[in-house]
Amino acid sequence: METSKLTKDRIKKFIEGGKRFDGRGLDEFREIIIEKGISKKAEGSARVRIGKTEVLVGVKMGIGEPYPDSLDEGNMMVTTELTPLSSDRFELGPPRIEAIELARIIDRGVRESKLIDFKKLCLEEGKKVWTVFIDIYSINDDGNLLDAAGIGAIAALSIAKIPKYDEKEGKVLYGEWTNNKIPLNFLPLSCTIHKIDDKLIVDPNREEEDASEARVTLSISEKGIHAMQKGNAKELKIEEFNEILDFAEKNWEKLFPKVEKMLK
Amino acid sequence: MTKEFKRPDGRKVDEMREMKAKVGIIPNADGSAMFQFGDTIAIAAVYGPKEMHPQHSQNPEKGVLRCTYNMMSFSVTDRIRPGPSRRSQEISKITEWALEPIVMLDEFPSTVVDVHIYILQANASTRCAGINAAALALAHAGVPMKDLVSSVSIGKLDKTLVVDLNKDEEDWEEGEGATDIPITMISTEDKITHIQLDGHILPKQLKEAVELARKATKKIYEVQKKALKDSLGE
Repeated sequence: METSKLTKDRIKKFIEGGKRFDGRGLDEFREIIIEKGISKKAEGSARVRIGKTEVLVGVKMGIGEPYPDSLDEGNMMVTTELTPLSSDRFELGPPRIEAIELARIIDRGVRESKLIDFKKLCLEEGKKVWTVFIDIYSINDDGNLLDAAGIGAIAALSIAKIPKYDEKEGKVLYGEWTNNKIPLNFLPLSCTIHKIDDKLIVDPNREEEDASEARVTLSISEKGIHAMQKGNAKELKIEEFNEILDFAEKNWEKLFPKVEKMLK
Repeated sequence: MTKEFKRPDGRKVDEMREMKAKVGIIPNADGSAMFQFGDTIAIAAVYGPKEMHPQHSQNPEKGVLRCTYNMMSFSVTDRIRPGPSRRSQEISKITEWALEPIVMLDEFPSTVVDVHIYILQANASTRCAGINAAALALAHAGVPMKDLVSSVSIGKLDKTLVVDLNKDEEDWEEGEGATDIPITMISTEDKITHIQLDGHILPKQLKEAVELARKATKKIYEVQKKALKDSLGE
């Protein structure tokens, strides 16, 4: 269902006064629940709930050829399906721009933060490397799928084990795993800030996301900012952009320790 | 340290490649333009405002801006498969968002304005060149606009910020490597309509990067304005 203009205006008025319909503060996330290992067949998997929003993320691995510019490194591919079961706004069929953008934002957040040590995923230089597939499915869209998917990706990766590989046959023995995990470095957290009128909020629900005029998603680790993307058409003053950066940093400081603890 | 930093092509840190802009390059289009940063060449054509098909996609409140960005298969060293990719579809969307704030879409409800961008030669910063060309083509088409937008990529090579990245710089590997930050601004209002980042940077330096973009987009704006004026002189 589309959010009506009346509701959007009401949300704006509330937020102008520092309030939200569900009583949260502007910088307050809904409850986050991470469940690891939800599929026995996946190399790693996770369910992430942020309030009523829910995504499933699975990691699978396969053998592939390296790209010509990184002959001794493994590959990664992120895809997203915004499934029709998660909202009446999504339809079956090839991915539309919303799904493509989401996948690419998560991809760059993981890739640019150098989370995965791709050099250790090389089997034979120039010929055989592991490819890590990160597949994201929306189960219920009540806003902020972006951050849910970002948390889901690092959660699934954090437990993913490399499957056994038969070198003689050149085959992956799917369903059998080594004790080796996918080698990981510092965890990045994707963190999206939304601008509604002149206020900034985190973790919008569906209606708030509809009322949002601009968003900036940042992938932040303890090393700094690794990837960023502004979404939607509304322009930002330079001061507003700087405010968003400060707001995102504060949010990361609050949120990251919580998420990290849940992943342990 | 900044002063001693040597860029691969000898440019100063805040020096852009030579820019060229020309308006009215495609006779069939309602508006068209070329924009060039050194070896990076983008062309754009605008068709519309025209009736939106299919009809159910029409918006009775305001017009729709529809952008497509594509690289020509021969625009890069290794041929790329023609047609849309996930990358090009995302850049198309980003381009729409970058341009929308300046186009007065309220003035032509139920219609669509198509903006087609092609990169015919690529040496990094292609999305920025594409957006600059598109803004010019929209103005040339006489689509009601409140201003132009100007786009530039800011790079961080190891620890140094530079303006207008080329491919050698994009592939920078020394020290902290390369960080690419394409930024689009309404330069007369100091407002950001598009920003992306890949790499690694601390918040303080990111703010400095935006300041560099603010200055650079003012120069680009002058080049765009001149191209529009020149097209009237003919």
